[in-house]
Amino acid sequence: MRTRLESLTSTGIVVIVLALSLVIGAILTAVEGRNFLSTGNISAILTGCSILGFIAIGQTLVILVGSLDLSVPFVVSLTSVVAAGQMNGDPAQVAPAVLLALAIAAAIGLVNGLVVSFLKVHGFIATLGMGLIISGYLATNYQGSHGSAPRSFRLIGATQVGPVPVSALIMLGCALLAIVILRRTRLGHHLYAVGGNPEVARLSGIRTSVPVVAAHVLCSLLAAMAGLLLLARLSVGSPTIGSQGDYDLMSIAAVVLGGTLLAGGKGNIVGTLAGVAIFAVLDNVMGVMQVNPFLKDVIRGLVIVAAVAVYARREIDQRPARFDRPTGLSAVLQEKP
Amino acid sequence: MTTVPVASALLTARGLTKSFVGHTVLEDVDLELRAGQVLGLVGENGAGKSTLMKILAGVHSADSGTVELDGRPVSFSHPVQAQQAGISTVFQEFNLLPERSVAENIYLGREPRRRGLVDVARMHRDTEELLTGLGVTGLRPGQRVRSLSVAEQQIVEIAKAVSYDARIISMDEPTAALAEHEVELLYSIIATLTARGVAILYVSHRLKEIFQLCDTITVLKDGRQVTTQPAESLDDNELVRLMVGRSISSFFPDPVEGTVVGEPALELRGAGNGYVDGVDLTLRAGEVVGIAGLQGSGRTELFEAIFGVRPFTRGTMTIKGKEVRPRSPRAAIRAGLAMITEDRKATGLALNQTILDNTLGVVRAVFPRRTSRARRDVPGLLSSLAVSARATDQEVQFLSGGNQQKVVLARWLTTHPRVVLMDEPTRGIDVGAKHAIYELMRALAADGVAVLMVSSELPEVIGMSDRILVMRDGRLAGELPAGSTEEAVLQVATGVTEVVR
Repeated sequence: MRTRLESLTSTGIVVIVLALSLVIGAILTAVEGRNFLSTGNISAILTGCSILGFIAIGQTLVILVGSLDLSVPFVVSLTSVVAAGQMNGDPAQVAPAVLLALAIAAAIGLVNGLVVSFLKVHGFIATLGMGLIISGYLATNYQGSHGSAPRSFRLIGATQVGPVPVSALIMLGCALLAIVILRRTRLGHHLYAVGGNPEVARLSGIRTSVPVVAAHVLCSLLAAMAGLLLLARLSVGSPTIGSQGDYDLMSIAAVVLGGTLLAGGKGNIVGTLAGVAIFAVLDNVMGVMQVNPFLKDVIRGLVIVAAVAVYARREIDQRPARFDRPTGLSAVLQEKP
Repeated sequence: MTTVPVASALLTARGLTKSFVGHTVLEDVDLELRAGQVLGLVGENGAGKSTLMKILAGVHSADSGTVELDGRPVSFSHPVQAQQAGISTVFQEFNLLPERSVAENIYLGREPRRRGLVDVARMHRDTEELLTGLGVTGLRPGQRVRSLSVAEQQIVEIAKAVSYDARIISMDEPTAALAEHEVELLYSIIATLTARGVAILYVSHRLKEIFQLCDTITVLKDGRQVTTQPAESLDDNELVRLMVGRSISSFFPDPVEGTVVGEPALELRGAGNGYVDGVDLTLRAGEVVGIAGLQGSGRTELFEAIFGVRPFTRGTMTIKGKEVRPRSPRAAIRAGLAMITEDRKATGLALNQTILDNTLGVVRAVFPRRTSRARRDVPGLLSSLAVSARATDQEVQFLSGGNQQKVVLARWLTTHPRVVLMDEPTRGIDVGAKHAIYELMRALAADGVAVLMVSSELPEVIGMSDRILVMRDGRLAGELPAGSTEEAVLQVATGVTEVVR
């Protein structure tokens, strides 16, 4: 017999965990004499979500297709300095700068995807190499902050609609787009298929390189969006902003916390967003309670490991039993004479 | 079965020949598939049935010979081409994505679209229609494949094949993993398909099915076509004779003189779990007992249960008179068991480690205090097994299959087991190494070790076993004495005859 708990999907679990952490967070914040649901605090949490959100959405696509992207923090830094240099305080240069940043990111993603799908280098290594190359370029060509964003561009980082920052809205828009891609386009379906079993995908007539390359390009583009957003917030480009944020490992952690299988083929964006939100809420509450930084990291680490342990128990591959466990269909068949 | 009077040939194959690295697996085989008819393809393991199917499916291409579809010659270099031409294949191993839904699996690679987006509603509707058309109820298009039983997954595979508007569907042992009652549903699906004029190529080891389903039967042996006849003109015994058609040579060594069959070493009473059921078995010291059975009959599962991989949940298990119930391989090894697994590359060896490390692997893990003694024994053990290698620090991946298998045996012999389970001990190795492994089995028996062997090669089971146990559908279906004929074993394995034990 399947209990109700067992039939719960991973996404279901992570959403419940998010709800629980919201409730506990609200209580703990109230104990400190602060209001968790105040406009200021909500927008702080949403702001905390948006940067990691962009990157984690991209990372979800890459992990679903069976790869990984470790170059994201460097793409974030690179796009922030390149766009800042191009803008250099001139409002007329905003559009060219954004396009330039996105084009560079797309090219990086394209190279990542081609290396993974045609040279058969695992994404872990391919993007590690790409990350090293970009970080080397940044270290030799940029010392300290670089360029500056004009006021019109900085507004993106500062404007709010009610308690919701515009940056979070853009992130949610991207999430929606990614959800549509995954659920309603052939590309999305094939992404799951290649991540699940490339051989089955190939035998079904799918060109397996297409989803791999597309996922890497989209992932780099989303990292570029995060870089541009950071530029809007900080108003100057920084060559180390990406690596400071640990966006590579944090985004992978959020994706896995969201119930996506690290091996690919299973998972979704909603889970990832919930994973990102759980981290944001944890950070917020621990910030309010002034938890020391070491304990913060301990708690983050425990959450990730505990989540994956829970999923692993549920995913143990069971060959369907011949005896003991009649399924719906066989039960029907047995009733026949 | 109904016979359509003069059905024209949909597909005609002539003189198909295929060899892999100099080894001819198919030689000059003809085949004719007619609309609305079922052609049964039978033969022993390795007779070339799967190769023939894979040529038709576009997985392999024939070295010579022609295939004509509707009178036009065709050749496929990719499975998708064959599917588009109307030839679908249901392979033995499932080609499904467990994490995706039934509908997503069926329409993978050609999802219906509307205004650029995948039309999920239509995909579900089409799936529903497809399944209803096949007479299947109780499967929802949105269900994840992981949650389905083997039989249900098999149905999804068939539905996927049908959804390509296939006019020819080949099925490779579609019932291998199905229980008796689930087979009925498959029969009705096949009846539906033939009524629509689909031609079916049906490969099975189960003779009962062949006679129930097929209009015509083609027998393959060692890659050659023995005969093609209408099913009515054959009977069980005749068919088995055609499939086997050879005598067992004196290739198998006789028991070592002075081998004594002693006390029971392993006893099972009413043992079962999710995969095997009601197993009663007594294995005595000094015995070599073979287990025969079709693929999917639960032989490997029985070994896994004994060895604690998937422990028994019912019944009792006794080793050397002491009741045990190993819940892990570690516990089983401590109780005196050893298991040579079916797939030495995946589960038998650490391929990129040395011969020495592989040989000592189990001892180091389970009996660390015996390691130094075992290490001293290794050179002698390897030379008694006649492992040919440069040195013991050579990585096992560079050894031949036969030598690898000998290292697997050495790995287990260092633990001094009382009961050795051997799953397909001679799969994929050359004749010389086979003979060495047979001699070793005899030597073990002479030493008072009990040997239980699973093999798909009937001559091997018959040639080596003191007794033959036959499994069918997860149960022991019968026991036959040493020297039984292949016919007799096949009859029990396929369910033609019941043996009262």
